[in-house]
Amino acid sequence: MIEKIDGFAYILGDDINTDDIVPSHTLTMRDVDEMAKCTLEFIDPTFAKNSAQGNIIIAGDNFGTGSSREEAVYVFKVLGIKAIIAKSFARIYFRNLINLGIPGIIVSWNESIFSKGDNLEISLNEGVITNKTKGVKIEFEKLPNFLTKILEEGGILNQLKKTLKG
Amino acid sequence: MGYTIAEKILINHSNLKSISPGQFIDCNIDLIMVHEQLGGRIHKEYEKLEIDYVWDPNKIFFILDHWVPAPTISAAQMHQDCRKFAEKYKFIHNFGYQLDKGICHQVLPEMGFSRPGMLIVGSDSHTTTYGAFNCLATGIGATDVSVVFATGKLWFRVPESFQIIMSGKFNKGVMSKDFILTLIGNISTKGAIYKSLEFHGQGAKNLSIDGRMTISNMVVEAGAKFGIFQPDNKLETWLVNRTKEPYKLVTPDNDANYENTLEYNLSEITPVVAKPSNPGNIAGIEEVEGIEIDQAFLGSCTNGRMEDLRIAAKILKGNNIDPNTRLIIIPASKEIYMEALREGLMEIFLSAGAVVGNCTCGPCIGGHLGVLGSEEVCISSTNRNFKGRMGDPTSEVYLASPAVVAASALKGRIADPREVL
Ligand code: SF4
Repeated sequence: MIEKIDGFAYILGDDINTDDIVPSHTLTMRDVDEMAKCTLEFIDPTFAKNSAQGNIIIAGDNFGTGSSREEAVYVFKVLGIKAIIAKSFARIYFRNLINLGIPGIIVSWNESIFSKGDNLEISLNEGVITNKTKGVKIEFEKLPNFLTKILEEGGILNQLKKTLKG
Repeated sequence: MGYTIAEKILINHSNLKSISPGQFIDCNIDLIMVHEQLGGRIHKEYEKLEIDYVWDPNKIFFILDHWVPAPTISAAQMHQDCRKFAEKYKFIHNFGYQLDKGICHQVLPEMGFSRPGMLIVGSDSHTTTYGAFNCLATGIGATDVSVVFATGKLWFRVPESFQIIMSGKFNKGVMSKDFILTLIGNISTKGAIYKSLEFHGQGAKNLSIDGRMTISNMVVEAGAKFGIFQPDNKLETWLVNRTKEPYKLVTPDNDANYENTLEYNLSEITPVVAKPSNPGNIAGIEEVEGIEIDQAFLGSCTNGRMEDLRIAAKILKGNNIDPNTRLIIIPASKEIYMEALREGLMEIFLSAGAVVGNCTCGPCIGGHLGVLGSEEVCISSTNRNFKGRMGDPTSEVYLASPAVVAASALKGRIADPREVL
């Protein structure tokens, strides 16, 4: 069972694409820490430095649209992002999130529900986000069991490794 | 209850007797395509599994295309990592040394690897291109690639299907690119998330294979998982010269269930562009005509084929491009390059003042051979105009058909091809 996720909201808009998250010029970098420093650089050059203060991303529609580049999830992992909440996700991006063990949660929201810096607590098992700053609770549709299991294992490769050995 | 094309192919690759949209199923993969991503994240992830084999070295298609030949030291190192992996795991279809071949989504079909009824995945979102060949194909990330390398299987959510019924033919100067941009504009970049788009009707049959590939290529810009065409004589003729392998054509049942039906008469489509910085930001050519450009790019897996080069040549023949504009032309594959040479198109391009590059993704991803500087404006036949995609984040990209790109290069500003054809 995954414990509750506690963190702070960082707000993004609609159609944030994979080139926004990791610009193409970073893709041949071998050092992921270097790459992670460029996360969202065209949108917010301070994002990577301040990610501890905004470690739950709240986005609009179609988050992660564009390329299949998994770097666009991995940099968030490197920066310690705990979960991504969006109105909707691009297909490949959603798979990549779960595969790398970061919860992707679909919720329709507005400014009265989440704003920058809000302290949030997410319970994946109950399907509830508590906004402790605003004192509101939001329900979401829980992930199918087999996806929750992937998250519990810390990503699909950890799970697969066990099966291959077993 | 009947099935759509996507449902039929998914059933055939699972061990289930029936499926329905929304269901999660495991499927056997027929082929997986990988490119530079192999040296990006895939090899690092795969090593974590600590296994010394891949499930089937004969079902992996590996090619380098994005940064070819390597323009930087880091790209060269990435290529080395890719080749090492391909050798270690004894890939049979290993094109890691053959840098002359071209862009993955062009070369793989040309070599007969995408056939009706197959289920193909690739480490690239535009893997959907192969849907033009009546197979199911979609993009996946590095970790999913590792899962397929190890097991040959992948989970899928059975998608709801949209039926797009096409009739009629394009008028002069209008191309498949205008159609798919119009469709994305209508349904929006999130309008088909997780859906399978099926293209039906006489209008679809009227399209060339090249044109179908352009449409299947860009369905992902509307969020779609698959973009698949029905089989017909044109497809079978195309396949004759490409493959000796058996295949089975897949058509939908008469009572197949479509979540949505859209109808388009191709004769009503007119030239459009996607304005910066979103492929769904569609405007009619009238609205953007006259915007000055610094660069025009004709190439990529979306529009670097013979049909595209031919129309550009028709527009450029005997003319010079605007002296303050640069035109870069990159055929999507060597096969196309050589055909264009034989047809005399290259001479037309060079005489007009175009720079013709080797077959690679190049400027499409801002990699090399035409990277944009600050505040430069480019009209491009590619599929994405995201901020910074082709270079500096202040540069602007308008997506358009090859005809619009060529007409604009001639005028030095965005132009309507119908006026110069
Ligand atoms: S041409 Fe562009 S869109 Fe196509 S595979 Fe290459 S980088 Fe991707």
